[in-house]
Amino acid sequence: MVSKWVKSERQAERERMRRSRSRRTASIATASTVVFVVMVGWIVTSSPGWPRVRETFFDFGEFREALPDVLDGFLLNIKMFLIAEPLILVVGLLVALARGIRTPAFFPIRALATLYTDVFRGVPTILVIYLVGFGLPALRLQGIPTDLATLGIIALTLSYGAYVAEVFRSGIESIHPSQVAAARSLGLSHGKAMRFVVLPQATRRVVPPLLNDFVSLQKDTALVATIGPLEALRQAQIHAASTFNYTPYLAAALLFILLTIPMARFTDHLAARTRRRRGV
Amino acid sequence: MSVLSIDGVWKTFGGHSVLRGIDLEVEAHEVVSLIGASGSGKSTLLRCVNLLETVDDGTIHLDGDEITDPRVNVDDVRKRLGIVFQAFNLFPHMTVLDNVTLAPRQVHRVARGPAEEQAHDLLARFGLADKARAYPDQLSGGQQQRVAIIRALATQPRLMLLDEVTSALDPELVVEVLGIIRELKDAGMTMILTTHEMGFCRDISDTVCFLDGGVLLEKGPPEKIFNEPENARTREFLSSVLESGRF
Repeated sequence: MVSKWVKSERQAERERMRRSRSRRTASIATASTVVFVVMVGWIVTSSPGWPRVRETFFDFGEFREALPDVLDGFLLNIKMFLIAEPLILVVGLLVALARGIRTPAFFPIRALATLYTDVFRGVPTILVIYLVGFGLPALRLQGIPTDLATLGIIALTLSYGAYVAEVFRSGIESIHPSQVAAARSLGLSHGKAMRFVVLPQATRRVVPPLLNDFVSLQKDTALVATIGPLEALRQAQIHAASTFNYTPYLAAALLFILLTIPMARFTDHLAARTRRRRGV
Repeated sequence: MSVLSIDGVWKTFGGHSVLRGIDLEVEAHEVVSLIGASGSGKSTLLRCVNLLETVDDGTIHLDGDEITDPRVNVDDVRKRLGIVFQAFNLFPHMTVLDNVTLAPRQVHRVARGPAEEQAHDLLARFGLADKARAYPDQLSGGQQQRVAIIRALATQPRLMLLDEVTSALDPELVVEVLGIIRELKDAGMTMILTTHEMGFCRDISDTVCFLDGGVLLEKGPPEKIFNEPENARTREFLSSVLESGRF
C-alpha cells in the first residue's frame, strides 16, 4: 500500500528559502541594470560633443522627413533578400553535394566546387558586389542583366552560396557513418542513401546556422548600395547629402534592426527547441 | 550448392590482420553462430560478406556468384542480403513503417501499397502492429532492434547477418529479440550470427564456429563445441564465459 504524500515541514521550509532567494536575485538584477543604463546615458549626454551629435544624428524633423523614402528603399532590400535567399539555398546545397562526389568522371565538378568555396569565402562581399556590378555589364554579352538590383542579387548569391555550402557540408558530415552503412546494406545506392537518409537528417541539423547566415544576409543587402540601386542605405545617403544631417542613417539602421531581431529570436527559439529535443 | 562459401579470406587494418584465412560454408536453412572474444574478427567477417569491407585476399561466393570480384555491383549483392547491427541503426527521421518500406520501394521497386501491406504483416507477426506510425526514439531498445530485423527481412533476403543484435539490450529485452530470431529459424531463414549469448547460441545454432585472433579455430555442432571442445583455446574461452555468468 502506497501512502499518500504530505509535504513535510522541511520541504516547505526549503521552498520558502528558494522563493526568497529568487526574489533577491531579481531585485539585484533590476537595480544593477538601472545603474548601468543611467551611467551610460550620463557619460554620453555629458560629453563635450553631445549637443552637436544630438543635432546631426537625432533630429526628429529630419527623421520624419526621410523615413518615407528610406522605407521605400527598404522594400527593395526586402525584395533582394527574399529573391537571394532561395537562390543561395540551391547554390549552397548543389555545391556541398558536388564536393562530396567521388566518381572519377566528375572530378572537374568537385574541383570546381572546392575552388568556388575557397574563392568566394575569401573575397569580401563588397568586392564581389563591385566586380559583379561593374564587371559583368562591361562584358556587354547578350542576356546579362543590367538592372543594378539584379546584379546585387547575383553578387550576394555568389558570396553567400559559398558560406551556405560549407554549412550544408558540415551538416552532411555530422551524420554518423553507421547511418550510411545501414542504408547501403539495404541495397540503396550512394545517391539514394544521400537523398533519403543523410540529407533529411543533415538539413534539420543545419537550420539554426543557416538562419544565422540569413540574419547576416538581410543587413548585407545594404552593401548593394555601393553600386547604386535606390535601397534604404542609398536613400539615406541621398537625404544626408542634401541636408548634411545624418538622422536618415539612423532611420535606415532602425528598419534593419526591426527586420533582423525577429529572425534572430526565431533562430534562438529553434536552437533551444533542438536542445530540448536532444534532452540536454 | 552452399548459399555462402568463404574461402581463405584475409582482412588487414593498418598492418594488423583481423581475419587470417577464414574458410566457411553455409548451407540453405542453416544457422551458423560465430563466437569468440571481442576483436576475434566475428563482426569484420560479417561486414566482409556484406561488402561493407573489401577483403584483402580470398573469395566469397553467394549462391555460386563470386561477390569479392571488384567488377560486381555491390548494390546488387546487398539486395540479396540482410544485415542487422548491434546499435540498430534505424533512420531516426522516419517512422517505423517508412524504415521498413524504404528498401522495398526504392531498391526493389515495389509500389507503396503492397510494400506497406507487407510491412504491416511483418510488424503484426512480430508484435509491433501498433508501432507503425511511431518514430524510433519512441520505442524501447528491444522494439527498435525488432524493427531493424523486420527492415532487413522486408527485402526477402537470401541470407541474414546478425551482428551482436542483443549486446546493447537489457536482459528483459534480449528475450523478445531472441524470440524473433528463433521464429526466423523455424521459418527456414539462413542466418549467420555473432553473439555473446552462449545459452541461446547452443539452442539455435546448427553450427558453431569459434574464432580467435582472426582464425577459425574450431567448428562443429553446438553439443560438440560446448560439451567436448577439442581446442585448448576454445576450452579457455568457454570456461571464462561460464565464470562470468553469461551462460
